[in-house]
Amino acid sequence: MFTKPTIDETTWEDLEDELLRADFGPDITEQLIEQLREQVERYRTTDPKDLQRMLRETIEERLAKHDPTLRLTERPSVILVVGVNGVGKTTTIGKFAKFLAGYRRSVVVGAADTFRAAAVEQLATWAERAGATVVRPEQQGQDPAAVAYQTVELAKRENFDVAIVDTAGRLQNKNGLMHELDKIRRVIQKQAPIAEVLLVLDATTGQNGLAQAEAFIEHAGVTGLVVTKLDGSAKGGFVLAVQERTGIPIKLLGQGEGIGDLTGFTPHAFAAQLVG
Amino acid sequence: MATFGTLSDRLADTFKNLRTRGKLTASDVDGTVREIRRALLDADVALEVVKTFTGAVRERALGDEVNKALNPAQQVVQIVNEELVGILGGQQRRLEFAKNPPTVIMLAGLQGAGKTTLAGKLALHLKGEGHTPILVASDLQRPNAVNQLQVVAEQAGVAVYAPEPGNGVGDPVKVAKDGVAFAKQKQHDVVIVDTAGRLGVDAELMKQAADIRRAVDPDEVLFVIDAMIGQDAVATARAFQEGVDFTGVVLSKLDGDARGGAALSVASITGRPIIFASTGEKLTEFEPFHPDRMASRILDLGDILTLIEQAQGAFDEDEARKVAEKFATDSFTLDDFLQQMQQLKKMGSLKGMLGMLPGARGMRDQLDNFDEREIVRTEAIIQSMTPAERATPRLLNGSRRVRIARGSGMTVTDVNQLVQRFEQASKMMKTVAKGGMPQIPGMGPIPGGAGGRSRKAVKGKGKAGSKSGNPAKRAAENAAVAAGPAPTTAGGSSFGLGKGAAEPSAEDLATIQRMLGKG
Repeated sequence: MFTKPTIDETTWEDLEDELLRADFGPDITEQLIEQLREQVERYRTTDPKDLQRMLRETIEERLAKHDPTLRLTERPSVILVVGVNGVGKTTTIGKFAKFLAGYRRSVVVGAADTFRAAAVEQLATWAERAGATVVRPEQQGQDPAAVAYQTVELAKRENFDVAIVDTAGRLQNKNGLMHELDKIRRVIQKQAPIAEVLLVLDATTGQNGLAQAEAFIEHAGVTGLVVTKLDGSAKGGFVLAVQERTGIPIKLLGQGEGIGDLTGFTPHAFAAQLVG
Repeated sequence: MATFGTLSDRLADTFKNLRTRGKLTASDVDGTVREIRRALLDADVALEVVKTFTGAVRERALGDEVNKALNPAQQVVQIVNEELVGILGGQQRRLEFAKNPPTVIMLAGLQGAGKTTLAGKLALHLKGEGHTPILVASDLQRPNAVNQLQVVAEQAGVAVYAPEPGNGVGDPVKVAKDGVAFAKQKQHDVVIVDTAGRLGVDAELMKQAADIRRAVDPDEVLFVIDAMIGQDAVATARAFQEGVDFTGVVLSKLDGDARGGAALSVASITGRPIIFASTGEKLTEFEPFHPDRMASRILDLGDILTLIEQAQGAFDEDEARKVAEKFATDSFTLDDFLQQMQQLKKMGSLKGMLGMLPGARGMRDQLDNFDEREIVRTEAIIQSMTPAERATPRLLNGSRRVRIARGSGMTVTDVNQLVQRFEQASKMMKTVAKGGMPQIPGMGPIPGGAGGRSRKAVKGKGKAGSKSGNPAKRAAENAAVAAGPAPTTAGGSSFGLGKGAAEPSAEDLATIQRMLGKG
């Protein structure tokens, strides 16, 4: 679409299609198109290359409105990781522990996903790879809040820099499970303030991502987003809507199943990947 | 998603403009189709599927025969629903079992789609049907996927074949192949092969999946897909179709609040049926897929569709024509009136019906004040009359009226009011019916009634007196409701006997009836 000689009606149609295909959603797509039409009009350009650049810049600008820095200044910095089922919470924690180890931080991870079969073992395997300590539940099906409590307690006692608490995946419309998150948060806060609550979003998710974010913000007090599975064919355009609608910044990106496949979020690179 | 508003609400806006017209024009259809397109996109239906889908709907909406029981807007919705159900698969498909056991079922999908959990659910389900399934742990990629499968198998009470520890160790193709041989040897009649999650763009892993497929020659390859997936459903479904050529689809995490447009995308693009829906984290939360339920979920049309069904079910076209004739020939009796009322009651609770209409939410207070028992009271009065009285209301002298009042538990004044209104109405209807205003396409049962009202509507809404509390006319209007697109503009009749306080104002009723007529 950007290789044609001039911008015409079909360029706009193609652009709309592409934005929709990238999961930006009908609302944001409409806004972007309108914004770009104005700019093209103002600068009187007919070159699709300009349009491409404008699109990239517009998206970058909108993504850059929020600060993607992780706040890990407390000792210990307690991080709670939440999300729906199967988005990659445990994998993200494994990679994140390694990422932090790279900055010479000592990390303890708490396996508070006491629900899903073998989730504790999965986290333990990741922890081992990342060289982190793991706190396991004392028995199968133990109250996740108790595991979270013990994790933070251990972090304080043994002076860990960072404590990361894994939680079971839960769909945002399951009220009982969402309230369990409230409890986990309260219990942790009795010991130490929570530095970050990271919501993990799967890039393949569609418009439901927004509903997920809203529900988890309400119950878990999310402070940052992690977008995973960006190594696939999904673009994850919905995160722009999520970030704008909720004001919660994207902080980390997951791009594969290897332990090194986690990076910080840079609007420029992300926009470039989206637009090409 | 609350922020977007539901399609029902948005369509209601579009439909407002359709109410005053009898027939769908191209621009009416375009407006409706635009809303449907947007709703489909909000529901995460893939863009190319949306395009072909709306194209088909548009064509049918313009070309279709007119369904007399529905108004134009409802017709569009019905077409949409039929098309949705059509794509999603009209009939449920069941698993195909091999003639010579074991039946091999292979699971494939993206990471985190829910394959391992599904393996357990499927095993439990099959075990319940008398099979002896065995799970084969061919996901050697994700840390502790093998453990998870073992735990799941234990929960389901089925056997598991897991020779390799996983976590990157072992050859999944060999495990799958040995697993089938092992099942044969141990006489398990179903083998479920769990595989690692993989991305459609990962050529190496897709090749591995294809190798597994070739090695075990499965009877079913089930593609597990997350109901929350967005536009990427297209690329992923295509990649998996090319890679492993799946035979059926399982939609997982349907217990969430995602609309599940992916279901439509995958079914439409690959032509493969959706066989199961996975609806929770417990192993029992698993069911055969119901295309019709999914259709209304995607577009959030549940309410409108129920209403359409009820209207179609309750409305008897022949009955309506007879009534129309009776108006014209002055033989409309209190008996006919009673029948009309009973027909209306078949449609179910009126409050419920009104509540179902998109946009009716704003009228909730008025609805709450609305007393449905008025219908029952009117009915009681008529039923207390003798057949002769019903046929010839002129017979009703003072003493008869006292008897009727006593019989129905009402007062003589109530009886008087009913009779008076009935007479006024039938007189008016007769005039109008004779004066013409015949069939409007797809229109209601009482051409006279409808015509009369539309005439009045032209003059404006005045004259509350003649509008209010006419039971016969109300019945006519309500029959017209069932019939569809009669221009019910005047309204204003009360239900039954006009009990002042509890009664909504003439204007409120006019609104309600407009909704009923055209909404």
